[in-house]
Amino acid sequence: MLRVSGLAAVRGDRRLFAGLEFSLQQGALLYVRGPNGSGKTTLLRMLCGLVAPAAGEICWRGEAIRGRCETYLQQLFYLGHLGALKDELTGIENLRISASLAGREVSEEQALEALQGMGLVACEDLPVKFLSQGQKRRVALARLLLSDAALWILDEPFTALDQLAIERLQTVMAAHLARGGIVVLTTHQEVAITAAVMQVTLGIRRA
Amino acid sequence: MWAVLRCLFMRDLLLAVRRMADVLTTLFFFVIVVSLFPLGVGPEAETLRTIAPGVVWVAALLASMLALGHLFDSDFRDGTLEQMLLTPQPLSLLVLGKVMAHWVVTGLPLVLMAPLLGLQFDMAPAALPILVISLLLGTPAISLIGAVGAALTLGVRGGSVLVSLLVLPLYIPVLIFGAGAVEAGISGLGAGAHLSLLGAILVLALCFAPLAAATALRISLE
Repeated sequence: MLRVSGLAAVRGDRRLFAGLEFSLQQGALLYVRGPNGSGKTTLLRMLCGLVAPAAGEICWRGEAIRGRCETYLQQLFYLGHLGALKDELTGIENLRISASLAGREVSEEQALEALQGMGLVACEDLPVKFLSQGQKRRVALARLLLSDAALWILDEPFTALDQLAIERLQTVMAAHLARGGIVVLTTHQEVAITAAVMQVTLGIRRA
Repeated sequence: MWAVLRCLFMRDLLLAVRRMADVLTTLFFFVIVVSLFPLGVGPEAETLRTIAPGVVWVAALLASMLALGHLFDSDFRDGTLEQMLLTPQPLSLLVLGKVMAHWVVTGLPLVLMAPLLGLQFDMAPAALPILVISLLLGTPAISLIGAVGAALTLGVRGGSVLVSLLVLPLYIPVLIFGAGAVEAGISGLGAGAHLSLLGAILVLALCFAPLAAATALRISLE
């Protein structure tokens, strides 16, 4: 489904990685590992098409994703370091608005259910700015439950989450993989998911 | 497609309602700048009548300039803008939705406040409707042109100063025809020609500014 060949990234005059090759089939989980500054986030943003690769190609279902490819974006869910939450809006409003921007209508009940699915109870009416870091992260991750994208690209999804939330997220990811979805994530944490797991390790290169 | 435009428009209005301070700063800036002129120039009614159209228009330009900082900045900082780039919708449409909401929140109050400030300058009652119409056509064009500058300077240190250098020269035609319409109306020449030209500028800006701003956003976010 997702195939990457000869991918290279350059930040300033430093080469982050080059000649990266992998291919992911349905139900595959890819860990991107590496020390800070090794280009993990750059790789993920490249997979989303936010950053153009310095060399190489990214193909989704055999088609290169150059520029903005609508069919690819429909299949993509990206969660970056920033949660993309509006501080002034409540959790439910955040979920419903981001869903309709992605072209899906979500009812208030569905949004509430998704929040509860991530273990958020009794704070759905509060503006997000009153929530703690971990709770904000949970609201951002609740979007996963409302998304029908096949490819999830998650940048450090476990940051700021407590043990219970980490377990819930792992369950959600395992269910997505069982449905034939693909997950690409960076994490410094050991994740207990048994699936077609692949790893890409990026290293720091000295110029 | 239009549902997305409406959704983003309503979202930005809702955010503006919950962040009333941003809206009010622009409006009060406009009122204060205009009110400073009689204090500086002196109270002669004849002088004030002469400078009124220009003063109101320049103040409206500066006030909208001030508000440009809010257009993409908060979406950029909390990552929402990145998500907008990843939606399958055309980015220029999303930009249009944002600019429309931005105008309703920051431009429309200026238009509504302008006649009152015109009275403060003893403008002829017949000129007040022309002032309102010219601002009604001009301020959306200002927001649209400004959006390109705001998108280009996104995330740049000292962006707000840079954006004024980039965008203010582009505002000159709007200023000339806007203030010109009011002056022509006062002198009895008829403001029709000026207003038509303002309308033409608005249509041009509506067609091209969202596309340019969308491209600029993509560059800024890479």
